[in-house]
Amino acid sequence: MIATGQPVSRSHRLRRRLRHGDVPFRLLAATFAFVVVALLVAIVGVAWDGSAAAREAFGLRFLTRTAWNPVAGEFGALPAIYGTIVSSAIALLLAAPPGIMIGIFLSDLSPARLRGPLSLMVELLAAIPSVVYGMWGIFVFIPFFRGAIAEPVSRALGDTVPFLAGPVTVGRGLLVAGIILAIMILPTIAAVSRDVLSVVPTHQREALLALGATRWEVIRHALLPYARAGIVGGMMLGLGRALGETMAATMVIGNTPRIDPSLFQPATTAASLIASQLPTTNTELHSSALVYLALVLFLITLLANSIARLLVWRVAGAAGGRR
Amino acid sequence: MFDTVANAASVRYRRRVWVNRLMLGLTIGSTAVALVPLVLILSYVVRQGVGALSVGFFTETFRPVTIGVAGGAGGVLHAIVGSALIVGAALLLATPLGVLAGIYLAEYRSGPAATVIRFCTDVLSAMPSIVVGVTAYVLIVQRTRQFSGLAGSIALAVLMVPVITRTTEEILQLVPQSMREAAAALGAPRWWTTLTVVLPAALGGIATGVLLAMARAAGETAPLLVTVLGNNQLTFDIFGPMQALPLLAYRYTEQPFAVLNEQAWGAALILVVLVLGTNILVRALTRRRAG
Repeated sequence: MIATGQPVSRSHRLRRRLRHGDVPFRLLAATFAFVVVALLVAIVGVAWDGSAAAREAFGLRFLTRTAWNPVAGEFGALPAIYGTIVSSAIALLLAAPPGIMIGIFLSDLSPARLRGPLSLMVELLAAIPSVVYGMWGIFVFIPFFRGAIAEPVSRALGDTVPFLAGPVTVGRGLLVAGIILAIMILPTIAAVSRDVLSVVPTHQREALLALGATRWEVIRHALLPYARAGIVGGMMLGLGRALGETMAATMVIGNTPRIDPSLFQPATTAASLIASQLPTTNTELHSSALVYLALVLFLITLLANSIARLLVWRVAGAAGGRR
Repeated sequence: MFDTVANAASVRYRRRVWVNRLMLGLTIGSTAVALVPLVLILSYVVRQGVGALSVGFFTETFRPVTIGVAGGAGGVLHAIVGSALIVGAALLLATPLGVLAGIYLAEYRSGPAATVIRFCTDVLSAMPSIVVGVTAYVLIVQRTRQFSGLAGSIALAVLMVPVITRTTEEILQLVPQSMREAAAALGAPRWWTTLTVVLPAALGGIATGVLLAMARAAGETAPLLVTVLGNNQLTFDIFGPMQALPLLAYRYTEQPFAVLNEQAWGAALILVVLVLGTNILVRALTRRRAG
């Protein structure tokens, strides 16, 4: 080994040459990492720039105007914001209770053998492309919903409850969109609930069991309070997904930019208004108003998601960094 | 007196037992109810979609339909080619960017820069896909006055990058620290260790991340709607309007012709098989490695 110094010196030379790679490689990785930051900045910048005409014309009043008339050059975001928030709120209301229940079942009650397959199936629900949800909504759910629920309910209660007023014409509307969105965000809420519940320390469960609590009492008094912030975070993540969901909403909500108190009537969301109108805009003001709307939508989802991450991190971080 | 106490206790105990049963039953019921839409949607897609599948479905392109004329249905070859080109280009753009950003986050993780980058990845991954589409529209379609497959690729790439970055970072962190130390002890510089020791160990995991990101992008419709627009002809020109499977599914659904509706379901079936197949495959592969 010591007989010839040559191999050593050669590997030494190689090592010295390689040593110089450290700084360039780190710079390369850092550059690409900062491209990710640049992407975000670019998106916001481009949206800001692209919405200049609409911002000049309407300013912040854009958010409270209700007219949306491309021909007359009248643009207001309120119907879209209203539709976005109401349909997402319906989705959250419908999806949160079963989503949390599923999370409880998967983390604490399910037999070990079923846990894997069930988790997989819930996650597959999240993987189905949203356009497929929209198609299913149009061909299957809306005909069923209109005949079995919307028409009888609006006939029975429509006169007294403005939220349920008829006549049910196309069947597309806020409530249908809310229900489809609920199916789509259910897996998000269930998966996050499962994750934050399964990091609750075992001694929390054992303490209550030792006091003679039933399994539900353990869940109700030990697990849920401990994981509350994380579960709320999961709900906010689901809300964020519902707010930004485009295709399913576009296909089932009816794309009518006006505010109608009845949940059975067609409405629109910010995302579906953009998707349905942006490719066919004729005036600069029209496209710029849609870009402005995209900017508003981005800020709304950013808000929901920031709250969500903060809450999930607080639970997961306290329990050892598992997300 | 002891009797009444015992009675009251047993009533309360019975109530607790019943509440327990009721709530546990509710959790089981919720799980079952959640599976109902999955089964309904999947079975409907398969039932409708299989009817559309034929040799012509994969080898022909759009054929005009007129009311009252029973004719050949044509196929979706142009959409398959378009989807492959658009997603392929997005993959080429997003993979190096996402993987290198992930390497940076995992291997040089300390400092405020990593925190900023991690925050930006999170914001990007939560961004509605339509907002990304709008950006590509303003930046490319409006500037060039031309809808194009490439604009769609760029939008999809932006959606894929945070997924790839996140997975790469998580997988690299799973590579045992002792391997890095062993390489360092042999005198390998850090970047050489990363490239020849850490990266090969994590390659399978990174590949699954890229695969999942690709499957997700293949099903995205909204950003393509405002960038790629759609095209009834077979084209390999990525600088012009193209067709893509999710886009075709959407457009054909809105058509009044049953023939086209059926093809929409055929396209939906391809997408669902692609996306769910990838998810299940990835799951099976990762479980085998872990076990």
